Amino acid sequence: MADVITLSYEISPDDFTRAGEASSDVKSKLKQLGVSPEAIRKVSIAMYEGEINMVIHAKGGKITVEISPESIVMILADRGPGIPDVEKAMQAGWSTAPDEVRSLGFGAGMGLPNMKKYSDEMEVQTELGVGTTVTMVVKI
Amino acid sequence: MTVKDAMEVLGARVLVGEEHLDREVRSACGSDMMSDVLAFSKDHSILLTGLCNPQVIRTAEMLDIVCIIFVRGKKPDETILEMAKERDLVVLETGHRMFSSCGLLYQAGLDGGAF
Repeated sequence: MADVITLSYEISPDDFTRAGEASSDVKSKLKQLGVSPEAIRKVSIAMYEGEINMVIHAKGGKITVEISPESIVMILADRGPGIPDVEKAMQAGWSTAPDEVRSLGFGAGMGLPNMKKYSDEMEVQTELGVGTTVTMVVKI
Repeated sequence: MTVKDAMEVLGARVLVGEEHLDREVRSACGSDMMSDVLAFSKDHSILLTGLCNPQVIRTAEMLDIVCIIFVRGKKPDETILEMAKERDLVVLETGHRMFSSCGLLYQAGLDGGAF
């Protein structure tokens, strides 16, 4: 796989049942490409948490995944409310998710911490009222 | 141990994946919060949960979980079971509560993975 392969997904808002479909698709494509199980695991977890966040907190958005021989870059761009305090959001256990989200098994305050834990590089760009873009890199 | 051993320890019933009961499991994780499972689960794991929604299956898929055990007699619906089938997962159901289920498996030699 000498060239860069780009995959893109529209994430629909408020459709919790379907959340994770994009991550699932990326996972199976990476398997087909013969990427190492360790890198696949990292990408799957990081992207799935991000995808769930986009459905829970933002009004959906777009995920772009660039696969090159050296790395997998995931760009998650949403049109949500933005994150007022990124430092707090990065703390394990800090959550602003409503109870209904918790009853679905998310909102434990582990989303962003997990995304950081499973990616080799992560950058969060956010603007209140405009949206958030999270870029994560997993090296192959 | 194998999935079959875990099944016997818990007196559990197979809902999906009868053909995969000989699969090896090395650790387990019990939680109703999928983010915690994503943070701490290890390879070749069992996931014990009382949460019944499609995200349980997706979480298991992302982590290559071997077997999901629904505790407290929770019954996942057909959509969830169908998703599990498509992903080659084993799904069990037990009447034991979470604490007892985890305790019984731990006693039988299954470990929670390193801290």
